[in-house]
Amino acid sequence: MTAKVVTVTSGKGGVGKTTAVANIGVALAAKGQKVVCVDGDIGLRNLDVVMGLENRIVYDLVDVIEGRCRLRQAMIHDKRLPELYLIPAAQTRDKSAVSPSDMVRLCDELRLECDWVLIDSPAGIERGFHNAIAGADKIIVMTNPEISAVRDADRVIGLVEAEEKGTPELVLNRLNLAMVRRGDMLSVDDVLDLLAIKLLGVVPEDESVIVASNRGAPLTLDSKSKAGQAFHHIARRLLGEEVPFLELEAQRLWQRLLGRK
Amino acid sequence: MSKATLLIDIKGIRDGLLVKLGEAPWADLQAALINAIDERPAFFKGARLALDVGSQVLHVAELAALRELLSERGIFLWAVLSESSVSEQTAQNLGLATRISKTRPEAARSAPQAGAGETALWLAHTLRSGARVEFPGHVVVMGDVNPGAEIVAGGSIVVWGRLRGVVHAGAQGEAGAVVCALELSPTQLRIAGEIAVSPKRKGKIQPEIARLQDGVLVAEPWQTKE
Ligand SMILES: Nc1ncnc2c1ncn2[C@@H]1O[C@H](COP(=O)(O)OP(=O)(O)OP(=O)(O)O)[C@@H](O)[C@H]1O
Ligand SMILES: [Mg+2]
Repeated sequence: MTAKVVTVTSGKGGVGKTTAVANIGVALAAKGQKVVCVDGDIGLRNLDVVMGLENRIVYDLVDVIEGRCRLRQAMIHDKRLPELYLIPAAQTRDKSAVSPSDMVRLCDELRLECDWVLIDSPAGIERGFHNAIAGADKIIVMTNPEISAVRDADRVIGLVEAEEKGTPELVLNRLNLAMVRRGDMLSVDDVLDLLAIKLLGVVPEDESVIVASNRGAPLTLDSKSKAGQAFHHIARRLLGEEVPFLELEAQRLWQRLLGRK
Repeated sequence: MSKATLLIDIKGIRDGLLVKLGEAPWADLQAALINAIDERPAFFKGARLALDVGSQVLHVAELAALRELLSERGIFLWAVLSESSVSEQTAQNLGLATRISKTRPEAARSAPQAGAGETALWLAHTLRSGARVEFPGHVVVMGDVNPGAEIVAGGSIVVWGRLRGVVHAGAQGEAGAVVCALELSPTQLRIAGEIAVSPKRKGKIQPEIARLQDGVLVAEPWQTKE
């Protein structure tokens, strides 16, 4: 196997990176892929909580890097799916426990183990961010339809390009179509107009995301919610399928009806 | 005197250490620096380091690798000073400062100030938020200048794309400098000492040129014929 290593990052905090890694991981695993999710947010781990695997942690990322356990021992199997695993972050260490070259080595080892490695990056553009993107083949920049989040996404795209890691792809999270229609929220087109990168997905604002996170059961597991579907679409696009952007078409239709574009 | 001391010169400055690199292949300079550090780890550990790379042309991979080597040794690289605009750009892209507070009199004397009319910096890509470009001559961007990006030029600024960031043309007082863009909607625009912010615009977007006319900033559609 040679996995594709995908890092989800954002610059600004709280835009939904952890939610995305958990849900895209579940969606890919539901398609029969072998997936390892890695929590790169050392010192502030929470991917384990969102995935509902907190009580099963024995070893973590720093244990693997410092050689206290083998890679397989740190991979917690999510039993709801045949081949979904989590490598949790260390809670009691900080980002300086890991260097970018450690992450490159870890990713190289993981590539032999599975089809997909999904890395949850911490917010910010410091060391933790550099660690998270060091071993990535593909980078997903996540943002919300807010000026400050989009500005940070733009900065992060510039940094990724400067590290010669190619141009990232975009996931726009928490879009509220009703607000866009009223002209109170940036639209998908507004965001794409500024960032000018390829769109990988649009996830609507959806209360069921919060409910699912609190239960430790990513909503891609079973719910028919809009956000859950959006994450399934993202997974299918990662697998190379052409999936139409329903949200985008709905929005453009409205703009035409209102004569705004 | 060992070879290493010829290649690198280390001195204390107000905010940490300033390391000046001599003329040699980059791999040798890097090795010499790491050697010098490894000989006296206690002296360097925890230091804030500014690096003067002279005329070396550095790309992201090289500078990022050096920063990594330094950070493994507990040294924080915060600034890179360079005579090469490529290296300065690289440093800025990595979020490093390209100036330290103390001026560098010798550098100022030896590098002739490019006059506004003489040289231009060619940037073949979009400048995204956080990018900052400073150049004594003209600056030409083939791409957009996004909000949060900044250009400071001694001469004029030409943007073949949408200008939405902050630009300062004629930064050393050259009142004849101009700024033009396919879409001129800067967050802030300055020419010499005058400042303007874009008015909310309506109507169709067209190439425009901004200049100083009798001390007032004006922007007008760019036309080939009258
Ligand atoms: N599409 C959505 N609809 C509603 N709520 C959402 C959506 N996506 C994420 N959230 C909520 O937003 C909050 C932040 O999400 P999350 O923790 O995934 O962000 P993050 O980018 O990982 O944050 P950090 O930068 O702190 O790591 C959570 O409470 C989550 O449930
Ligand atoms: Mg998170």
